[in-house]
Amino acid sequence: MDFTFSEEQDMFRAMFRDFSAKEVAPKAEEIDHEEKPPVDALRKAANQGFLGATLPEDYFGAGLDTVSYALLIETLARDCMSMAITLATHVSLAAMSILEHGTDAQKEEWLPPMAAGEMIGAFALTEPDAGSDVGGLQTRITPAGDEVLLDGVKTWVANGEIAGLFLVFAQGAEGVEAFLVPKNTPGLTVGYREPTLGLRSVTFNTVYLEGCRVPTANRLGKPGEGQSIAQRAQDRMAVALAAAGLGAAEAAISTAAQFATERVQFGVPVAKKQAIQSYVAEAFVETEALRNLIYHAAWLADQGEDLSLDASTVKAFGARVARSVTNRMVQVMGGYGYMEDYPMARKYRDARMLGIMGGPTELHYVQVAQRVFAEWDIEITP
Amino acid sequence: MDFTFSPEHTALRRLIREFAENEVAPIAAELDREHEVPHEVMRKLGKIGLLGVCFPQEYGGMGAGEAGYCILMEELGRICTSTATNVGAHIGIGAMAIHLDGTPEQKRKYLVPLARGEKIAAFGLTEANAGSDAANIRTRAVREGDSWILDGGKVFITNGGYADVITIMAVTDPTLGARGGVTAFIAESQWPGFKVAREEDKMGIRGTSTAELVFEELRVPHENVLGKVGEGFVTFMKSLDMGRLTLGAACLGGAQAAVEWSVRWAKARKQFGAELAHKQSIQWMIADMATEVEALRSLVYRVAWMVDTGQPFTQLAAMCKMYGSEVASRAIDMALQIHGGLGCSRDFPIDRAFRDARIAEIFEGTNEIQRIVIATNIFREHGVRIRP
Repeated sequence: MDFTFSEEQDMFRAMFRDFSAKEVAPKAEEIDHEEKPPVDALRKAANQGFLGATLPEDYFGAGLDTVSYALLIETLARDCMSMAITLATHVSLAAMSILEHGTDAQKEEWLPPMAAGEMIGAFALTEPDAGSDVGGLQTRITPAGDEVLLDGVKTWVANGEIAGLFLVFAQGAEGVEAFLVPKNTPGLTVGYREPTLGLRSVTFNTVYLEGCRVPTANRLGKPGEGQSIAQRAQDRMAVALAAAGLGAAEAAISTAAQFATERVQFGVPVAKKQAIQSYVAEAFVETEALRNLIYHAAWLADQGEDLSLDASTVKAFGARVARSVTNRMVQVMGGYGYMEDYPMARKYRDARMLGIMGGPTELHYVQVAQRVFAEWDIEITP
Repeated sequence: MDFTFSPEHTALRRLIREFAENEVAPIAAELDREHEVPHEVMRKLGKIGLLGVCFPQEYGGMGAGEAGYCILMEELGRICTSTATNVGAHIGIGAMAIHLDGTPEQKRKYLVPLARGEKIAAFGLTEANAGSDAANIRTRAVREGDSWILDGGKVFITNGGYADVITIMAVTDPTLGARGGVTAFIAESQWPGFKVAREEDKMGIRGTSTAELVFEELRVPHENVLGKVGEGFVTFMKSLDMGRLTLGAACLGGAQAAVEWSVRWAKARKQFGAELAHKQSIQWMIADMATEVEALRSLVYRVAWMVDTGQPFTQLAAMCKMYGSEVASRAIDMALQIHGGLGCSRDFPIDRAFRDARIAEIFEGTNEIQRIVIATNIFREHGVRIRP
């Protein structure tokens, strides 16, 4: 066993921290309050190669391993979870799906502009009546020669407003299919943006597909493979979401701990109070457990192991830790934790959404339970 | 024993529920979105007598007791935490101090218009370095003839930005501590030397004003000393006890709403071929939140009964605030989880309830302070004196 980072991973981490401190942190509060997507930071991240983080160099990616990628998301989320989620949606959900399931022609067409940040990716799966329940998709595919027509409504499409390319899931005769749909395709309209509790710089939009005509050459994988493509993408995203939760938890602890050393009540800094100590200590223990779980899962992925074995475990725990840690750190800061002039309120709002997006915790627990019960050959359905 | 509400209290609840649903519910989202105080609602509440719900009729009140006041807070909390918070700061701590320790003249001059909603009250205790730690107050009051000159400031004052009447805690004898050295004053916001320095931008209860106040040579006539000189701490603590109980009542309303929303949504929303109501994860959440709501309800109204029958209630009021705020936070957190994406959207009331609920674990004495109060009382009975 060896729990140390490689020299390369160490170097990347330092580079990510540098980047985030310089390009992400200064704007985090402002873009949250103004609910603006982090377009400047994305452009600068593209210059560093981060938008092609885990893509191979053949496609102008940075060729990061999964551990380094987790470090990138974690580091960005320390300063701005919206930035981390925007980037992860682009990389984990969109670009990596193309890398994993695309034909050579598809990869050559789409991946270089995505790595360069000229084209941001979005993932259009959720519908008003089908989110976690991929089998219940209502978006229809009508074959039309070497094209198909897509009709339906997608909701909560992360990056909707800034995306150049949508990965759209729809129901065909042979099951779910996935299509690469450029933004300017007639029949695709980006609509309503959800005003959200947290992650206010991530644009979550409704996307309308009305007779949206897409060449069959844009189908990702084979008909019927859509469900497994979606699952693979969500497994990758699950680890990224957990890594974002880790970053938020770390930053929350460090902000609140510093506050506790400066805030004097009853004659001493509140850091001297056992209640505060136990909040901070519990938060720290949970955060360290999460850190190890994430790096372990990422390392397994780098060993070529099937990530889905751990994705639900990591996601469910990541969401829980991010929520409970930020919640307690708000409490450590008292009234100051509740004010929008301090970063803690934003971290708390952001972290809460991790328990919902990418599948609610209840559904991930079903998947974890399936694994636990698998040994006894009993069927567990959601 | 008798756990039923009187016909008067039942009728009062019906009146308030109707008012909350007709007058408050339609504007609750807008108050939050626009960061606006519900001036019009406060005026109407005053007009129908509800801002004097617990005060005696001779001072413009309704005389419905603490139980009636808890009903008001519960029903408002069920619809709009911001409105409940405006009312709580006004009645429960602002006007309450005058009701508890005011002279008949002070009550005639201040309590009557406050009970009618013609004037709005706030409670000025918290400072940058003294919140729960009242002994650290720095605002200074110096006697000058028939007046006191106040210098200093307060932070995080609910209703502070628009209140007409503010009770202020200031140090009158720096050689003494919280007991003996501080005095409560009644001040008016239009007096020279009273300044609203800033409005806070908060995560929730955005339909309230949370202000920083600055006093520069604020001249308060001696007749506006509330209670006795040097006994401000006692006056304020009594008000805070009442405020803690009724904050618990507002939390009860918030938690109750969470149950109602969750049941409605779990009945309507289908996933994997069945309504969410059929999923055990959801059933567990509903069962947990409903149980906690009932426990809180019993606690709140028992303490209201203790207040109305003149029994000591400090210990239980701290429990109301602490437990109530945590029940509400947990229930609303579960409601958010049950609603999934909709729970995270500002188009639905759950996001607002989630942001609103969080403050109740912090203000009016953090829950950590409540636990200290509770533990101190328990250990005292066993002969152990603990310090915070």
